[in-house]
Amino acid sequence: MAGGRGELPTWVDVALIPLLNLTVALLVAGLVVIIIGENPFEALGIMLNGALGSIKGWSYMLYYATNFVFTGLAVAVAFHAGLFNIGCEGQAYIAGLGAALVGLGLEFLPWPIVIPLAILASAIFGAFWAWVPGYLQAKRGSHIVITTIMFNFIAASLMIYLINNYLRPVTRMAVESREITGAYILSFREIAMQFFGLRLPSTPLNLTVFLAALAAWAVWYLLWRTELGYEIRAVGANPAAAIYAGIKTDRIIMITMAISGGLAGLMAVNEVLGVQHRLLLEFVGGAGFVGIAVALMGRSHPLGIVLSAMLFGLLYQGGTELSFAKPLISRDMIVVIQGLVILFMGALEYAFRPALARIFVHVED
Amino acid sequence: MDFSLLPEILASTIRLSVPLVLACLAGLWSEKSGIVDIGLEGKMLAAAFAAASSAAYFQSAWLGLLIAIAVSLGFSLVHGYAAINQRGNQVVSGVAINMLAAGLAVVLGNTWFKEGGRTPALPETARFMPIELPWARALAGVPLFGDLAKIISGHSILTYLTILLVPLTAWALAKTRFGLRLRAVGENPQAVDTAGISVALLRYQAVIIAGILCGIAGAFISTSLSASFVRDMTAGRGFMALAALIFANWRAWPALYACLLFGFLQAGGNYMQGAHIGSFEVPVQFIIMAPYVLTVVLLAGFIGKSIPPRASGIPYTKDR
Amino acid sequence: MTPAIELIGIDKRFGAVHANKDVTLTIAQGSIHGIIGENGAGKSTLMSILFGFYHADKGEIKIKGQPVKIHSSADAISHGIGMVHQHFMLVDPFTVLENVVLGAEGGRLIGPALAKARDELTRLAHDYELDVDPDALVGELPVGLQQRVEILKALFKGAETLILDEPTGVLTPDEADHLFRILGQLRDQGKTVILITHKLREIMAITDRVSVMRRGELVATKETKETSVEELAELMVGRSVLLRVKKGPAKPGNVVLDVKNLTWKDRKGTPRVDDVSFTVRSGEIVGIAGVSGNGQSELLELISGISRPTSGQIIFEGKDIGILGDPRHVREEGLAHVPEDRQHRGLISSFDASESGILGWHYDESLGRGFRLDRQAVIARSKKEMQEFDVRPADPLLKSAKFSGGNQQKIILAREIERDPDLLIVGQPTRGVDIGAIEFIHKRLIALRDQGKAILLVSVELDEVRSLSDRILVMFAGRIMGERGPEADERELGLLMAGVSKDAA
Repeated sequence: MAGGRGELPTWVDVALIPLLNLTVALLVAGLVVIIIGENPFEALGIMLNGALGSIKGWSYMLYYATNFVFTGLAVAVAFHAGLFNIGCEGQAYIAGLGAALVGLGLEFLPWPIVIPLAILASAIFGAFWAWVPGYLQAKRGSHIVITTIMFNFIAASLMIYLINNYLRPVTRMAVESREITGAYILSFREIAMQFFGLRLPSTPLNLTVFLAALAAWAVWYLLWRTELGYEIRAVGANPAAAIYAGIKTDRIIMITMAISGGLAGLMAVNEVLGVQHRLLLEFVGGAGFVGIAVALMGRSHPLGIVLSAMLFGLLYQGGTELSFAKPLISRDMIVVIQGLVILFMGALEYAFRPALARIFVHVED
Repeated sequence: MDFSLLPEILASTIRLSVPLVLACLAGLWSEKSGIVDIGLEGKMLAAAFAAASSAAYFQSAWLGLLIAIAVSLGFSLVHGYAAINQRGNQVVSGVAINMLAAGLAVVLGNTWFKEGGRTPALPETARFMPIELPWARALAGVPLFGDLAKIISGHSILTYLTILLVPLTAWALAKTRFGLRLRAVGENPQAVDTAGISVALLRYQAVIIAGILCGIAGAFISTSLSASFVRDMTAGRGFMALAALIFANWRAWPALYACLLFGFLQAGGNYMQGAHIGSFEVPVQFIIMAPYVLTVVLLAGFIGKSIPPRASGIPYTKDR
Repeated sequence: MTPAIELIGIDKRFGAVHANKDVTLTIAQGSIHGIIGENGAGKSTLMSILFGFYHADKGEIKIKGQPVKIHSSADAISHGIGMVHQHFMLVDPFTVLENVVLGAEGGRLIGPALAKARDELTRLAHDYELDVDPDALVGELPVGLQQRVEILKALFKGAETLILDEPTGVLTPDEADHLFRILGQLRDQGKTVILITHKLREIMAITDRVSVMRRGELVATKETKETSVEELAELMVGRSVLLRVKKGPAKPGNVVLDVKNLTWKDRKGTPRVDDVSFTVRSGEIVGIAGVSGNGQSELLELISGISRPTSGQIIFEGKDIGILGDPRHVREEGLAHVPEDRQHRGLISSFDASESGILGWHYDESLGRGFRLDRQAVIARSKKEMQEFDVRPADPLLKSAKFSGGNQQKIILAREIERDPDLLIVGQPTRGVDIGAIEFIHKRLIALRDQGKAILLVSVELDEVRSLSDRILVMFAGRIMGERGPEADERELGLLMAGVSKDAA
């Protein structure tokens, strides 16, 4: 009946295994904390409190999650087509250029026009940076993993050059653009102050978080309620059957990468237009790679991604607070956890199945 | 550009190419057996950290090297286990290792040395210092030969070792039983299996070799090229090595040349501020970008064909 | 003389499939022993056990009278058994010498082994007519020469017994003749050769003895001199009870599909479909019989638009669909396709039944306007089809992989038939399907025919072809060997299928 690996109940697949992987990752991280000489339970407590114990914590968590939702969706969409997009870091970076160019270049226009255009520009720039590797894969057989990695590095150099030589105000030394007032996305703090006279703690959480929620819904709709989404999933699940169905796999690969890049590009909207209000160097800060962990943990499903993104948001915020409270535990601890999650969810995901199969699957006589 | 600086640039090229060559050879051994290794960067970084911290602690460069190799080997075995036994996604495993290495290096470095992730600066006695070849000083003033001496002499022992590893690798792959079997398993593992040879064992051996080479590469970076470990100090060299490997079409000697080319671009970049092509000033970032762009161009098939080992990246299952 | 190989009481199951049922076989030294049978007869399994790929559940193996345990191919090789597989185990970028030496290098450095191999190859070429350029790159050799390298590999490793699995499938007639000469030489020099094939002509041409397998059992062993193709064909195909479906006479109408001189060559230039011409009319079922691997799969892929012809035409309702190479376009013209391998092409295992149920038709307006996919409509359609075709369980949300073979096939059939196609092409409709579902599927196909649709059926089950078809075409080696009516004699069909006879063009 069911082929290959025994069929585990869906809830095990969708919820238990990710949780198990996370637990193992945390256990290993806990071991590292012990090696450092701190108490892992205390550390965990500080992390949880730092993220969930105050409005500031929550808001930071959601701010991080906004970025991770975008990059997680980007990686997930590509996964559905059987592609591994490691290039979100570069795609988001280039997208920032799009946002900045529109925001700066069109600042004479009113913001209801500029902001949507800036968002669109972000998506288009990001989409382009992903589309090229997609094209090379589909038409020239170039391995998309290698090309997207290369494009990350190319983006890094290109952006330094462009920001330094074209966007940096001549009078300033800092390698960044001037302030983008034309496309200014309000933060919750600013809204609270201007419209309600409330004083909220300082936080980068801004309206882009709604865009992230919208994007998650849109990706769900795309993948499971449109013909294109069906074709994307078919190509990823069974390319031979997709060909049988008359689906043009080349076209799907390119379109999927473009969508993926566009989603990654939206991350730039959050940072460049919603937080920094200028184009900074390396503003992506690793979010592209967190997206991989988020997509893997979230099983490439928008709902799972939103939850995983919040989880990682929790880890990032908690980790920051932890590094203040316990300077011995560097913030990079989160990177370690991330790496472990990716390792277990992505490469060792079958490691637990035999054991779980013995518990959950009834052997047929 | 000032041509009198050429000997310096070339010497610098050799120095900078060493980690690339080592990582590239590591990737070569791994991929020839059919295991894709995106984690070269991470292994090198982990090794660099291990070398610098151990050298600082034990005040010995050699001990640092040993421990660096051990650490890199550890990561290699994890990757090997994931790829060979668990038949997992090799790219994901590599990405995970990169992340783990980057994070752990800073976390542990911060804990042990409390300098925000750096390791303490190493004294010369705990580093691999340049070795002056006996005849180099004698040739110092002589035109052309003097310059040659400047380029060839004055490198660390690891550098000379690396240069030897290239012909050794080429020879081993072409002339030994192990090399033959390894190349076969990367092209058609079933053929190897039906000949009664263990596919898994061969692949583990390849992965171990890769681990050792990355260990040396990392140790070189932090105890020879530099005098300490700094976060993210491998700076993409692992990926550049991958690019060089593709550029070299998975062959040992072309890999050396490709790495030298990339190394030259790195070395030249420092000196080429203000270089001109016609009236266009070549920005330093373009020079930095060049190896990556070249690789993409190659992958797109615009400069000849780049053909990886056929079974590369595909987990081996005995399906009948 | 002690027999070279004795297989005693070999029994092997794969799950529900009883691949070898208590098989006892003796193979004499210095002879060429053929093993014939249809698909699924168990011949490949038996030889795989001998070569160490599988372990028999029961039974023992004796080599030169001594009982042996063979747990791996290394064991088999050490006992002097060599195998030339259907799909070559060669490393393309290596030279012939390197391929031969792999696994038998005899030392750390391959230099000496290569020299030794070079000498050996010269000797073998002299003794057995196995000429190959030792320094040629295997990937660049024609198929016939590649096969020789496989034989050389086995001989170099000291094989006394050589097993060849369907060796002539990829060879031209000349190459096949040369192979037989080589095998004859080997036999004359005392080697033992086991030849697995479904081609009767070959058996008669070069074997000394032949064993017939059918449905996992060894049916008979005969001296080749003392038997005939007719007898072998009968033994191979068997006088089994036909599952005759009740059907009235066909009322064929206009030509719906007109295939003209269709040829398709694979990457090596071998024609897998060779100058095939036939027609299918509305209201009739045309069945293509033949052992698998003779071009039927390729033919279906050509007609359905998955691959493009090298030459020739496929005229469907007046349009040449061969030049389109586009399954979607072909579907829109009114063709439906039930693929041979439902797991590979027909379904998406990880999708639920409703989503597999729209594969190939997902862009239809009834399933959602424009770019949309209306989930409710998809589920409703799936439910309806499941009820119509008695799919159990009738649950559109159940994962496709969880349905039994028969039910999966019904889902696919329902999907294709419900589109009201003018031509339905269907491959192996009842492979891995239980009896009840077989009956249902057969009835449905007849009903479709009676509605005036055209059906092209491809099946390796001769019973099925005879039971359903109004006209039977037999394919062998990419060619149509002949056309018969459903009342044709089994023996006659068997001969056509085995490539022995051919109708005049």
